[in-house]
Amino acid sequence: MMVDGAKVADDVEPRTLLVQYLREKLGKTGTVVGCDTSNCGACTVHLDGTSVKSCNVLAVQADGGEVKTIEGLATDGVLHPVQEAFRDCHGLQCGYCTPGMIMQSVALLEENPTPSEAEIREGLEGNLCRCTGYQNIVRAVKQASGQTEGVTA
Amino acid sequence: MTTLEDRPDVAPEIGRDRRRKEDQRLITGRTRWTDNITLPGMLHLAMVRSPFAHARITGIDTSEAKAATNVVGVFTAADLGESQGVLINAWAITEDQVTPTHLPMAADRVSFAGEIVAVVVARTQAEARDAAELVDVDYEELPAALDLKKAAADEVLAHPELGTNKSAFWQFDSEGAGTGGNVEAAIEKARTDGVVIEREFRQQRLIPAFMEPRSTVVDPSGEQITMWSATQIPHILRFALAATTGVPESKIRVIAPDVGGGFGGKLQTTPEEWLTFCLANRLGKPVKYTETRSESLVSAHHGRDQWQKLTLAAEKDGTVTGLKVDLLADLGSYVSLVGGGVPVLGAFMFNAIYKFPAYQFNCQTVLTNKTWTDAYRGAGRPEATYGIERIMSELAAEIGMDPIELREKNWIKHEEFPFTTVAGLEYDTGNYEAATAKALEMFGYDELRAEQKRRREAGDTVQLGIGISTFTEMCGLAPSRVLGSLNYGAGGWESATVRMLATGKVEVVTGASAHGQGHETAFSQIVADRLGVSFDDVEVLHGDTQIASKGLDTYGSRSLVVGGEALVKATDKVIEKAKPVAAHLLEASVEDIEFSAGRFSVRGTDQGLAIGEIASAVFTAHNLPDGMEPSLDSEATYDPINFNYPHGTHLCAMEVDTETGAVKMRKYVCVDDIGNVINPLIVSGQVQGGLVQGIAQALWEEAVYDEAGTLVSGSFVDYLLPTSADTMNYEIDHTTTPSITNTLGTKGVGEAGTIASTPAVVGSVVDAIRHLGVNDIQMPCTPERVWKAIQGAGTGGPATEGAAMPHFDTDEAGTASTEGAGA
Repeated sequence: MMVDGAKVADDVEPRTLLVQYLREKLGKTGTVVGCDTSNCGACTVHLDGTSVKSCNVLAVQADGGEVKTIEGLATDGVLHPVQEAFRDCHGLQCGYCTPGMIMQSVALLEENPTPSEAEIREGLEGNLCRCTGYQNIVRAVKQASGQTEGVTA
Repeated sequence: MTTLEDRPDVAPEIGRDRRRKEDQRLITGRTRWTDNITLPGMLHLAMVRSPFAHARITGIDTSEAKAATNVVGVFTAADLGESQGVLINAWAITEDQVTPTHLPMAADRVSFAGEIVAVVVARTQAEARDAAELVDVDYEELPAALDLKKAAADEVLAHPELGTNKSAFWQFDSEGAGTGGNVEAAIEKARTDGVVIEREFRQQRLIPAFMEPRSTVVDPSGEQITMWSATQIPHILRFALAATTGVPESKIRVIAPDVGGGFGGKLQTTPEEWLTFCLANRLGKPVKYTETRSESLVSAHHGRDQWQKLTLAAEKDGTVTGLKVDLLADLGSYVSLVGGGVPVLGAFMFNAIYKFPAYQFNCQTVLTNKTWTDAYRGAGRPEATYGIERIMSELAAEIGMDPIELREKNWIKHEEFPFTTVAGLEYDTGNYEAATAKALEMFGYDELRAEQKRRREAGDTVQLGIGISTFTEMCGLAPSRVLGSLNYGAGGWESATVRMLATGKVEVVTGASAHGQGHETAFSQIVADRLGVSFDDVEVLHGDTQIASKGLDTYGSRSLVVGGEALVKATDKVIEKAKPVAAHLLEASVEDIEFSAGRFSVRGTDQGLAIGEIASAVFTAHNLPDGMEPSLDSEATYDPINFNYPHGTHLCAMEVDTETGAVKMRKYVCVDDIGNVINPLIVSGQVQGGLVQGIAQALWEEAVYDEAGTLVSGSFVDYLLPTSADTMNYEIDHTTTPSITNTLGTKGVGEAGTIASTPAVVGSVVDAIRHLGVNDIQMPCTPERVWKAIQGAGTGGPATEGAAMPHFDTDEAGTASTEGAGA
């Protein structure tokens, strides 16, 4: 499969989850595990252009596919607009949910480039954050969509 | 000698909404969570945990697990003996506190479901977990003490050998302490010619639920044994390991790398850390343990869990005359690191911002066969704030006075500060009038009250309620003398070091180890201003006991107000050390040297040197005053003289559907006074995140146990963390009354939102349906509970039993959970 633009190949146990493969075999530790019931979304990556919870996909299911993780989001050192907006709007504190939250936000904006606040809130419902109360995350997504200026504290 | 430019960017850093230094790594996935760490030859642990709340272990068969492929060993308490160490309670709240011995791994009896009985070591995590399934443990079930009130009556013993579940009784009495009058006399008088309000509130059990599951790695291969842990308290952890394992403190290095949230939940020394430490040493190999979320929810400590009986005495005009508080606090199965002390922290806060002439606080801590409890965001103060703010609104309702007016009648006026409270604390500053006036205006209080009245008169099925919380809290833990007087096992100081590097950069070492708060950014702003250097030239180091050798870590909203003050003192020492050097180089006398905006100058001349130039001169040491030590580096350890007291006014408007019990928040306004603000962007994040945790206690979260003592809400499917779709935008603002207990004029902010919001939210739900005869709804205020309260009108809210989740069948689940009535 392709992961963040690089071709990789390994033999894995059939039960290996995609997130385990990314973290343990490829060292892509930017993607993290936050739960064991696919509720938290911390492990969200893109598989063939769609956001998936990588704890809910077997590595073998991604065979031949294209995976993008948080580590492959910036191009040539230039942050993706969603990454930039998360920093600018203080959309993260401890940062543990952030990789999944950003990947989900990117997917959300690809589907709906100008979401309303309600659409953003519904679109991120599958990703839990315990620090921010979501308010600045929602602002970040709105800002990344070009609909608003940055947050003024 | 030059007349170099001052710092080119002269705008003050303090008060600026700097974007965080921490974020570049976190948004690109370049992170160092403990579970990311992989070392050569590393082994992995999996725990075998008891499924029973209380049982005798009659046999453990590890043979099948030991025979599994790539399993290195399987260990029980018998195998490890004393080498596993013991977990400490650092705060025995009374001399005669009953404290069960807390082994990392149970030997012959388990006392909560989730307790570790065996540990498997294997070459991979998956193989360790597979083999853990093969360990065969025989249990003989024992009756479990689960219900807090029944446990307090010693009906069933959580630890039979102790003979009682009652751990400690702690009292504060204002008459005895000389800080106020006799509370019983005040209540008696009010019974004859005043008003007495008696209420019993339930603080349900919560789970901190930090997003990063706990993880520990121990590498025994160096001269020092290194432990990485997802902890809030690397320094306390190191001390406790040394104190209980016999390994010298100097041979232990603890590192808290990137830590993904804590909220008090990682203010703990854990069985998992002790077992990882023990097994790495025993096997001579690096060992890692990372918990699953399901393990985290059942075995990381829980928070809150109290019954609160409040008796408030007042005159008929609403002037309060006395407050008596009787608490039952559930410790769970062991007295954890600070467990028994958490409710005691609330003792000083029930009287809140009000001028009670008489006050008594009684607290009984109780052992049960549930997961042990300890600090959760606010730790004792949210519980106190909930009790007092709810009962003040009850008093207002009883005498027919607007709840804002009632509070105003009783609170400390701004001109009365400093004010010594009936609990014996000296509040340094505050202005409750200003914060409240601003909040009322932002909220549109009068219009919303008018709308509420219209809807009541029209008999709308959806009613409007307004909840109020005019809170204060004590933060900045803590003056060491105060902690000593409370029998706490450590001090409350904090340490900082400032190092001036030869290249003009500045390294700042703090003992307050962050886990998401943004210390690196805020502390850089402080140092940039004090030393007149660029924000980007300051590097903040923390979280490694070999780098930050002294510290007492991050909790209790202490980092800025205690750790920040230590930083101020260390920078002042740097400046004082640099002055003689500047005088020498500028050929002036020290008395004539002035320091401003990063520049030492000779009074009355245009001659001067930048601090970087002094640092460089000290580095080369070619031309220093005779006998001068060639170093500007400075250290300071600061012990606070007092707590500080943030306050604020929170207002919540809630719509309640009287036919379905569904609640919908319409507006939430808060105006907090946290003194001077270092970084408003970080503050907004702390307040918003704090609010949501407090609102979640009011509406969604609860750790629910069934009648066998099994945690039913044991995964994120059942333990309801709020999502982006459950929350909304909260309107936050500030008034500013600087604290005078620290140089920067700051107050803590990390816990304020959580402390303040819960009573405002529950108060708004109750206010919406008070006319239907409801005066309480037990938290969390699920639609089911609200609906039942409406149906049972007149009884003050019926027994709200059953699971927190509306999808449980109430008839079946009702036997489980939260011990009864919400009345």
